[in-house]
Amino acid sequence: MELRKNYFADVRKDDLHEIGQDRPRSDSPGHVTGKTSFFADRNFPGMLHLKMVRSPHHHARIRSIDTSEAEKHPGVARVLTAKDVPHNVYTILILIQVGPEDETVLADGKVRFKGEAVVAVLADTERAAQEAAAKVKVDYEVLPAVFDMEEALKPGAPLVNEYHGQNYYLYDSGECRKVRFGDVEAGFAEADHILEQSYQSSPIEHAPTETTGCVVAPAGNDRFTCYTNTQAMFFTLDNTSIILQMPGSKLHFVGGTVGGGFGGKVDVIVEPIAILGAKLTGRPVSFIYSREEEMQISSPRAAEKVVIKDGVMKDGRIVARKVTGYTDAGAYSRHSPYGAQKGAGHYPGPYTIPNVWIDTYCVYTNRTPSSAMRGFGVTIGDFALEVQMDKLARLIGMDPLEFRFINAYRDGDMKAHRQPTEGAALIECMQEASRAADWPVAEKYMAMSSYAKGA
Amino acid sequence: MAKVPVQFTLNGSETAEFIDSGSTLLHALRDKIGDTSPKGGCHQGTCGACSVIIDGELRLSCLTLAENCNGTAITTTSGLSEGGVLHPLQRAFLDAFASQCGFCTPGMIMAAKVLLDHTPNPSRDEVVQALSGNICRCTGYEPIIQAVLLAARANSQNAA
Ligand code: FES
Ligand code: FES
Repeated sequence: MELRKNYFADVRKDDLHEIGQDRPRSDSPGHVTGKTSFFADRNFPGMLHLKMVRSPHHHARIRSIDTSEAEKHPGVARVLTAKDVPHNVYTILILIQVGPEDETVLADGKVRFKGEAVVAVLADTERAAQEAAAKVKVDYEVLPAVFDMEEALKPGAPLVNEYHGQNYYLYDSGECRKVRFGDVEAGFAEADHILEQSYQSSPIEHAPTETTGCVVAPAGNDRFTCYTNTQAMFFTLDNTSIILQMPGSKLHFVGGTVGGGFGGKVDVIVEPIAILGAKLTGRPVSFIYSREEEMQISSPRAAEKVVIKDGVMKDGRIVARKVTGYTDAGAYSRHSPYGAQKGAGHYPGPYTIPNVWIDTYCVYTNRTPSSAMRGFGVTIGDFALEVQMDKLARLIGMDPLEFRFINAYRDGDMKAHRQPTEGAALIECMQEASRAADWPVAEKYMAMSSYAKGA
Repeated sequence: MAKVPVQFTLNGSETAEFIDSGSTLLHALRDKIGDTSPKGGCHQGTCGACSVIIDGELRLSCLTLAENCNGTAITTTSGLSEGGVLHPLQRAFLDAFASQCGFCTPGMIMAAKVLLDHTPNPSRDEVVQALSGNICRCTGYEPIIQAVLLAARANSQNAA
């Protein structure tokens, strides 16, 4: 299928001759010969293996932890608990001033999701680490848990995360991110039809073929080399520096080769504790998620709920859109306050609507913390918006593609979050889609342009 | 733990090592012998990343005891290219963009090699069937299927 490639021809004068050409990838020869070095391909003499004791409960108070039997297990070099971690309570977005710190490296007094890290065991072999981990005794007092965002927002719901004090992220705009543009109620009053629908998604696991992990080697001079498959090298380095209270100059991160990430490897989740283990034992440490940990513990795409109310005219113009979005952060923030905020900016979609009202909530529940995944904050929203667009078109008896031409944003249009539209190419893409899919639209739509109003 | 000796041919070279009894072949190859081309994606026989060829048969090295491999001939992806010349499957994976993150690639190439060794001109369905034990989370499989068909065509042209 040949597609035109000059959507931006009117505004871009650059020579785009590389687009559409085949070019060999620089890393492929290593991949096909098995020579590419993934982090787990590093092996060091005397390397310890780290296994995590994890919470079997969704929400519980920790009454006591007894590691004495585990410490005596043959092959065990060290057992780590919360008190060993210099700065145990952290949050990754603190680097861009998005607080509060709300997550523990190792649980301290409480667990807030099933699978939360409680005690780290370091031993000569994986097997010894596993056996010793099974000997750690944790006495839990199980607490009521909440798994549903709307339940979590009700008064009297169990409090998930004390560092927030309520089950939602408190933005500077209040309990949610808000976008207000025009007068949405006036828009609804003028509309010929109103359609309100709600859309929901479940968490989605990235399931990379290579599980999350790192291998750490002490360099012998108080520095530590960390081979990691993080997708966020400097984020991880800086957060590790905060958590371990070590200057960044002591940390040498080696990475860039990721066996599938898709956003699932941007949390700072294995490196700090593995480096701490290497520091306290003076030995290399390997911490690699099992497949089960990858599926159960690593953060998924957030579950979302999106409620969209649209006012539409018989002639196809959307005159008002009201959206309430909920992002399930799980027990801790990680990247979710940012994801929910992105949704707020995104919900009008690539359409120009004169009256817009948006609230997006980042909600805490006792589920596995969610985080980044391919377009998080907008992907589920786009699913909801485009299904809604089809439903609206059907409601007024209009062709769904022509309906989108009528509402498509064009250069110069003001978006609801007060950014003027620039470099739009939606109309040109839809014209090409109409041709390629043999889905004809009226000639006036084929004559439209993103650059000039009219038609 | 008691060590046991293992001895086999690895990519044409006589190889011997002492390992912990009960170790998997994946562990022996990667952590003892130093051939890291087989990958561990699950350690439970579900992803195929650890695939190797033992006496001509496709095997999951994570589910194979190393001590049961005494006297066998083992091939891994790191042993396929000869004198710096890529094996036709390696060439085809490059040309067809069949490798993205690369983690599944060595296992995929092993599965494809066993197929082509037995069935030099496979149908698309036979390729799909042969790769069905190998998970790739990046490519969506189509480029991999195309790469195997491409390698088969290249082989038959060379033979003709
Ligand atoms: S590691 Fe052997 S099948 Fe996954
Ligand atoms: S290329 Fe990444 S898993 Fe196949």
